[in-house]
Amino acid sequence: MTIDSVRGAPDTPELAEPELVQLLTPEGERVEHPDYPLDLSAEEVRDLYRDLVNVRRLDLESVALTRQGELGLWASLLGQEAAQIGSGRALSENDMVFPTYREHGVAWCRGVDQLKLLSMFRGVTHGGWDPAEHNFHLYTVVIGSQTLHATGYAMGVQRDGVLGTPSAAATIAYFGDGATSQGDVNESFVFASVFNAPIVFFCQNNQWAISEPLERQSRIPLYRRAQGYGFPGIRVDGNDVFACLAVTRKALENARTGQGPTLIEAFTYRMGAHTTTDDPTRYRLKAEEEAWKLKDPIERVKAYLVRNEFADAAFFQKIEDEAKQTARELREGCLSMPDPKPLSAFEHVYAEPHPLMTEEQEQFAAYLASFEEEAR
Amino acid sequence: MTTLTLGKAMNEGLRKAMENDPKVLVMGEDVGKLGGVFRITDGLQKDFGEERVIDTPLAESGIVGTAIGLALRGYRPVVEIQFDGFVFPAADQIITQLAKMHMRSLGKLSLPVVVRIPCGGGIGAVEHHSESPEAYFTHTAGLRVVACSNPVDAYSMIQQAIASPDPVIFFEPKRRYWEKAEVDVESTDWTPLHSATVVRPGEHVTLLAYGPSVKTCLEAAGAAAEEGRSLEVIDLRSLNPLDIGTVVESVDRTGRCVVVHEAPVYNGFGAELAARITERCFYRLESPVLRVGGFSTPYPPSRIEDQYLPDLDRILDAVDRTFAW
Repeated sequence: MTIDSVRGAPDTPELAEPELVQLLTPEGERVEHPDYPLDLSAEEVRDLYRDLVNVRRLDLESVALTRQGELGLWASLLGQEAAQIGSGRALSENDMVFPTYREHGVAWCRGVDQLKLLSMFRGVTHGGWDPAEHNFHLYTVVIGSQTLHATGYAMGVQRDGVLGTPSAAATIAYFGDGATSQGDVNESFVFASVFNAPIVFFCQNNQWAISEPLERQSRIPLYRRAQGYGFPGIRVDGNDVFACLAVTRKALENARTGQGPTLIEAFTYRMGAHTTTDDPTRYRLKAEEEAWKLKDPIERVKAYLVRNEFADAAFFQKIEDEAKQTARELREGCLSMPDPKPLSAFEHVYAEPHPLMTEEQEQFAAYLASFEEEAR
Repeated sequence: MTTLTLGKAMNEGLRKAMENDPKVLVMGEDVGKLGGVFRITDGLQKDFGEERVIDTPLAESGIVGTAIGLALRGYRPVVEIQFDGFVFPAADQIITQLAKMHMRSLGKLSLPVVVRIPCGGGIGAVEHHSESPEAYFTHTAGLRVVACSNPVDAYSMIQQAIASPDPVIFFEPKRRYWEKAEVDVESTDWTPLHSATVVRPGEHVTLLAYGPSVKTCLEAAGAAAEEGRSLEVIDLRSLNPLDIGTVVESVDRTGRCVVVHEAPVYNGFGAELAARITERCFYRLESPVLRVGGFSTPYPPSRIEDQYLPDLDRILDAVDRTFAW
């Protein structure tokens, strides 16, 4: 490998020092942006805070459940709460979400039972919730595949002729910085662009694709890729729930009114490991994590609430208690989740009866029954 | 009755499906104005508009991936993959996404997507234009895999595939696109999509084939008859699910079976047939099930493809070997 391979890593300041939309500083100071006015009531901010704290607590509980052997794996959202709650709360009921496997915060906003998410990581299902119930598609494990499904779904909305009407629906596709190297993501940009599909591409750039830093995926800031495909790209402070909310709202509204796709790069940081099987100490510096800790998405909202006297100690305690209770319920639900029946593996492979499924299921049932007979 | 080529029968079947259900879409490379490189979608965009007959960017994964999304929004996309060898960029979307989504949603989602693939050799093409990739897809749970061999089936099977709530991989024998037959386009009294048919009854040996090999087998049976051998030819039509009942009924009678397909024999679909027939007809078999197919090499340059493709002589040679056992 030539020295050229490191070109861009240390010397491209725009990768590390982004120009981004920010409405709330890490210190909790409200700042204005000419393109993204946002008027939130004290109650709305308190609700956002409640969301943020709850999803962090649920995430923490899920990590603990994994450590205790109750989940096979967990992809933690720690550090990305603002990106997920901000974008998730920007959605209208009709809008459709295509998540990766880390969008637990968006799932929370859509009202998806968190236990259903856990059922995947516990090995009980490969998904199992009804996407139509909350307009929240199944988690997609193959990196980037869902961006094409989202684009196709958006093309369907277009064909329904509802854009610009009250039934209009935007589609939002979530993916990470690593996924931007996938062919499918690039193909989805092409399709969305040439068909002017009503879609928002929401990239959570958390700086790390397992062990690979952003420089291994791109030499330009990710939001600038949109320009090459012919639609707007914008970078937002992904740890700023206000900015994520405002920027996503606008992009969704553009989609609903037929103005085509937008790429949002939410500049954030994966505070935890990629998943519970990963060990970030092997590839990144503690100092980097410490620097990002100062930009914590929750602390700044708390500071804002306190600074403006929108909330008192009793409120914070109430939210803390509520989050604990939610986590307790999650734990109980997880532990009492029944394993699937072995014969259920043959169900739902096909929508219509399939002779091979029937045959193998019957054979396997007979085999299982033979043990019961022996035991008698 | 109307005289139609297989290609035109496909076209008429697609047209009928689009007329019957406004949610049916056709999408792929060059399927619009050009009507597809084989003209299978000829005239459809003119009659149904660009919103329903979509000329897509040249990206197979993108085509199948967006078709999945359209299906999730309630449409029934019929995707054209221009040539068999080009399905591989879409293999990820087909195998990891399309095939599994119904199961992953515990039956909540259905994916009525048809992926049409012109398959097989014999047209003097350059590489990647003559492949028979069916075994990759029959090996994938969640997909239905069918192959038509004649105009009558082309017309009905494409409509049945579109009506299926499950994803269907639909193989079309490209070198048979110009074969003609009488098709009753008014009738809907069709053979079920997943049933095999005995296309020529016989007594001594069962020939199993699908897609382009069916005609070759019929020719072989004709030649064998002149020598006093009666070969039964079964057009499997559906590879997943497989109508094993029709196969077993035949082999139980004949005691001999030769499987014919263009795909390489090694790990080809014939291997599955041979194993299943052996399980079910063990005591009736007079010889092992023999397979005639492509060699276990990459598809050769077209100047020698006639040696690679199963032909009448190689089929009859295998028939002879079943008697010599």
